[in-house]
Order: sequence, then C-alpha cells, then structure tokens
Amino acid sequence: MSLNRRDFLKIAGITALGVGAASAFEVLSGKQLEAALKAAPLTAGKRWAMVVDTRKLREEDYHDVITACHTSHNVPDFSGTKDEIKWIWAEPFENAFPDSPNEYVKPEVKDKPFLVFCNQCGDAPCVRVCPTKATFKGEDGITMMDMHRCIGCRYCMAACPYGARSFNFRDPRTYFADKEVPNREFPTRTRGVVEKCNFCTERLAKGLYPACVEACKSNALIFGDLDDPNSEVRRILRANFSIRRKPQLGTDPSIFYIV
Amino acid sequence: MKLYDSGKIITGIVIFVILMTFPFWFNMGRAAPKPDPKLPKNVKNCVLPKDTIKTSHMQILNNWRDEVVRDNKRSFVAFDGKHFDKSLSNTCMKCHSSKKQFCDQCHNYLKVTPYCWDCHIEPKEPKESKETAEAKEPKETK
Repeated sequence: MSLNRRDFLKIAGITALGVGAASAFEVLSGKQLEAALKAAPLTAGKRWAMVVDTRKLREEDYHDVITACHTSHNVPDFSGTKDEIKWIWAEPFENAFPDSPNEYVKPEVKDKPFLVFCNQCGDAPCVRVCPTKATFKGEDGITMMDMHRCIGCRYCMAACPYGARSFNFRDPRTYFADKEVPNREFPTRTRGVVEKCNFCTERLAKGLYPACVEACKSNALIFGDLDDPNSEVRRILRANFSIRRKPQLGTDPSIFYIV
Repeated sequence: MKLYDSGKIITGIVIFVILMTFPFWFNMGRAAPKPDPKLPKNVKNCVLPKDTIKTSHMQILNNWRDEVVRDNKRSFVAFDGKHFDKSLSNTCMKCHSSKKQFCDQCHNYLKVTPYCWDCHIEPKEPKESKETAEAKEPKETK
C-alpha cells in the first residue's frame, strides 16, 4: 500500500482529534461529577471542626456518644486493661486541660467529665513524625490513618499530646469472635496498628454527620467547616468564649470547648 | 574409562531420581479440581469487562484503596457509565456475596492469601446457593 505524506498527515490528524475529543469528554464528565459532589452539604469542607458545648452536655449523652462512635467503627471494648482502644472518651477537667490549674474553678466545670477525642490538629505532630506517612492530612483537614501503611511503631502515640491514639496490642477480631461485628460496612483493624478518631470521614462522604454528633440528643456537639465564615461552628465560636486543649503546644486543634 | 563403585553410585542415582520425582508420579492423575467461581446470576456486568477484572482486579482494588484512603476519591465510573462506590465489602461483595464461592475458589487454587479479610468484613455466607442468586445489585451512587 502506498501512503503518501499528505494522506498520512490527514489520518494522523483525525486520529489525534478523536483521542483529544474522547479525553475532553472524560474530563467534562469528571468535572460534572465533582460539581455534583461539591453541591452536597457535607462533602466539601476545607477544614472540618467541632465545638463541644459542655454547658449542654447531659449525663446520658456520654454513653450515647461513646457507644455510637465505637459501634460504628467496630472499636473493641478492652476497657480497664492496658490494651484499651478508645476513639472518644470522658476525661476530668484537670486532665483534659492540665495547663489551666485553678483550684477555684467553679465546681460545675471542675467535676464535669469532658468529652475528648482526636483534636484533628491544624499542625498535627503525629503526621510530622509518622515514618511511613500512614498518618497524613487530608484535603478536608482531617488527620487520616492509612491502616494499610501503618507499621505499628507507635511514634505517633508518643507525639500526640492528647493521648488520642490507641495501639492494637491484641487482634480486635478476638473481641468479636463470639459476638456480631457491629458495623459490617466498616473494617476492623488488625493487631499491630495504631488507631484513632477519623472524624467519620466515611460518613461525611455520604453526606452524613459524624456518628457522635448524630447520637448526641442535646445537640452539644456542633460540626462544621472552620474555613467557612458562615458555618455553624464559626457562628457559635463568634458568639461564645471557647477554649482548646493545650493550645500553647502550637498544634492548632480543631476541637473547641465552650465551658 | 572405569567407574569405581558403580553399584553404589547407580543405586544412589536411582534412589535420588525416585525421590525427586516422587511428588509428580504420586499425584499423577489427581489434579486439584479446577477453580469454579460462582458469578451472581441477576447481575450482568461488573465494573469493568470480565477479562480485565480477571487479570487486573488486584491492581484495581489496590488503586481503589489508595484513591479512597489517601485522596478521598470514592466514586468510580464503570465502563458502562454507571457510578460505583470504590469499596470491596460494600460494592464488590454486594454482588459477589459469597467469599467462599467466589474469591476463595481461585485464591485457594493458586495458594494466594490476600490479607483483605484481616480487617475488612466478609459478607455472611449464604446458607444455600439460592441466596447467592438473590444477591442484590449494589446501589448506584449519584
């Protein structure tokens, strides 16, 4: 077959055009998808944050919130042992805020347990020290864990000033051996990895609020985007005086407490 | 040329050859049963053409894992234009609802043990094969 230069160029040009058009179409459909996702209320935060309004917290809330979190993430109950795994738990004022020693603090605050969990720090020490980048910052400000990459060195646990991380000394499946795994859609962990609150990133992706926020009947937990000046968290932070845990360490926590 | 101790040497060689080939002739005619993964009956298409899935499902799952965990990109556009959640237990296993009759068939045959199920929770094994056929199609994400 004889193909002269002119014909070759024509064919090559048309082919290139076709390939270009196809990829342009792909980009377009991808963009549309992204726009559709952005339109959903809870999937496009730049820096997710939470306000804990301790004035509103009722006694029964603690149990509800902790159970909701731990069941939706299949956290085994090894409480009372050194192998305990906790994502969210209650801590007395003096332990949650050890840098505010004040023996005359009002009794309602002093005796109240504070709900504590991962602070989703703006400058997270755990992220900085992780040798495998198993702990990393997501684009939405969540300090994420990639369990597939965690080698269990526990450097992050040493770095976290809030004790928000737990190590799986035991295989969590041993806890679920004789009982039903609470949430079959969410994985358990395996022995030898560190875990912590993930701000319910899997729920946010579906447009749902975190499990703790949903479970707290007194609406004491408020969730929203700290980067959006019109968000509810920003509105509440404007209207109330709030404190954060150990702010002098420069970790820039995203969890705010109103006392 | 003279072979010293030929009796011992030849006996030795014969014993050696018999021992080395033992697994071959011992298992002769007893081939392991061919893997027979059961496909869901009411769903026609997977997220990619069957041949691609057969040869590259491990790379696909690996990519899905990285994209979801590290980049929070959870939607996958299938070859027929449908959108799916990138999830092993919540998408793949909603159609392929039996690990024993699907995953394990080839994995056991090839003696590979992927560690997916150390953490991810496998679907409850259906009691009868009838239930497999009734597996629901996973919801398409919008």
